[in-house]
Amino acid sequence: MATELDDIELRPARRRFLLGASALAAATIAPGLLLYQVGQASESDAKTPRWGLLIDTNALSEADVDACVEACQREHGWHSEAGSKTDAQWIRKVGLSEPGSDQQRFLPMMCQHCAEPPCVAVCPTGASFKRADGIVLVNKHTCIGCRYCMMACPYKARSFIHEALHDQLPVAPRGKGTVESCTLCVHRVDRDGANAVPACAEAVNRAGRKPILFGDLNDPDSEISQRLQRLGGTRLRADLGVDPGVRYQGL
Amino acid sequence: MSAIPQYAEIKTSTSRYWGLLLLLALVAAIGVGAAHHMELEGHHVTGMDNQVVWGLPHVFAIFLIVAASGALNLASLASVFDKAEYKPLARFSAVLSIALLVGGLAILLLDLGRPDRLIIAITHYNFQSIFAWNIILYSGFIVIVLAYLWLMMERRLQRWSRPAGFVAFTWRLVLTTGTGSIFGFLVAREAYDSALLAPMFIVMSFAFGLAVFILLLLLCFHLDDRKLDASQLLRLRKLLGLFVAGVLYFVIVFHLTKLYGSQNHAFERFILLDGGVYTALFWLVQIGLGSLLPLLLVYAPRCQGSVSSLVLASVLVIVGAFAQLYVIIIGGQALPLNIFPGYQVESSFFDGTINAYAPSLWELLLGLGGVTSAMLIALLGVRVLPILPLDLARENP
Repeated sequence: MATELDDIELRPARRRFLLGASALAAATIAPGLLLYQVGQASESDAKTPRWGLLIDTNALSEADVDACVEACQREHGWHSEAGSKTDAQWIRKVGLSEPGSDQQRFLPMMCQHCAEPPCVAVCPTGASFKRADGIVLVNKHTCIGCRYCMMACPYKARSFIHEALHDQLPVAPRGKGTVESCTLCVHRVDRDGANAVPACAEAVNRAGRKPILFGDLNDPDSEISQRLQRLGGTRLRADLGVDPGVRYQGL
Repeated sequence: MSAIPQYAEIKTSTSRYWGLLLLLALVAAIGVGAAHHMELEGHHVTGMDNQVVWGLPHVFAIFLIVAASGALNLASLASVFDKAEYKPLARFSAVLSIALLVGGLAILLLDLGRPDRLIIAITHYNFQSIFAWNIILYSGFIVIVLAYLWLMMERRLQRWSRPAGFVAFTWRLVLTTGTGSIFGFLVAREAYDSALLAPMFIVMSFAFGLAVFILLLLLCFHLDDRKLDASQLLRLRKLLGLFVAGVLYFVIVFHLTKLYGSQNHAFERFILLDGGVYTALFWLVQIGLGSLLPLLLVYAPRCQGSVSSLVLASVLVIVGAFAQLYVIIIGGQALPLNIFPGYQVESSFFDGTINAYAPSLWELLLGLGGVTSAMLIALLGVRVLPILPLDLARENP
């Protein structure tokens, strides 16, 4: 369990280290500038994937969205009592309606895995971090539980663990007093790469029908990029410029 | 005005001093106990949840931290602005600012989900984070003000106290800018997202810090039966009025800015009209009791010579300060995030609903523990070091 987690977390750190080591001498003169440039370099590297989701809200019924939430709970071992204000919710069902209309549509809402994540910017210890492949995670070993990321997140994607937990799953280590959120099923992504299917997508995707599509936003030939090019996809709160990796159709 | 003020430790050995000290220590210990309970049980024993993630402890902590930088003002007036009449109070000003900052930081630390990971907060820095800057700004402030205090007290080095005072003054402005920016840079929340919060917090610090300074100064003088002279009190009174008016000005400009564009009307409507407890706290406590009434007490001709009116005004400024910070910190989170502008939203995670918050006893005890720790440090400081002038009445014949 520990090695699995360490492996996930070390990857971007090691990458930064290797890139940074070559410029170590200069880094002592202008460390901020160099780290920024290194970060940009790994971003624009065409071979580095940026994982994202495309969610077609027109193809999702209310029951489908419920199935997403249940699948995520099973996959990661979290549970939320109805009406609890303190239980974690990695993914939630949001019902939307136009003012004055009874017509409601439903969508799954989770960490949007921003390219410019405010949670990463504000985290004092760097526990909140973005991997080179765009997945935004919390390092459970260095989160001090200040909840600043929860204040900064525009999507209310994060939960604080308010009480002791039992029966955790090896793929999703959690701890009282720290913050957590959707990991984009990073354990599946690290195992299956571009062929990974996050638990929420697995719960609703049928043969030939993928209302939740996982893929590489940086690869123009990937199914998600093709579909985005053809049909477009809405970034929630696009005005904030955080460039979420989760896109919605049908809003 | 006499040339050299005489300082001395307060020489009280009366039961009222030790009794007060014991009481403060007791409340501080209870505060630590409350924090221990919160850590053992988890934050579900508090009123905070996944909607209102910062609660009453943060109101207390930010009050103390803001007041800390403001408490240094009297020293700055003497060293930086060359107002010799404030010099006798400069040492106490420095001691009090350190005490208040330590009290505030203790609350913030003990409210963390993992206070045991303090060492991580000290060794892992993300320099993009305002919190990380603040860790440096706060610890730097304590070191700088301690050095400043030493230079003021060591007669052979007194000529260095002016540049030290200048550094401390600059540092405190940056520090409070940092505190205001914790909120000001939160672009996703309508209640914050304003550069105005940084200067507003600076002016708030002037008022809050001075109110605390006046009360504790009077308390110490009372404990040791020393006399404050009338002109000194009049200066402090006028200064308090000026700062309270300054805060009021910033509050008005802040809300007018938000009111002008229609995108923030939901937030303004919530705070100013139909936000229930937040609206009541804003109009009745922050504006009425905390701003207008103190202004009246400070400037009304018939109150000019009365110490009790100054005490009352200072207490009211502090009450108003708590209301203001409660409205900013908790009211700002009570309003739901606007993730889907233009839609009606509902979810199992309280999207689209006004978030209720009721502080628990544990949070209150932790907050009070921080306040009493600060008072304890200040009262011990004036007991063991020659911080306070012997008799201000004698200084100014």
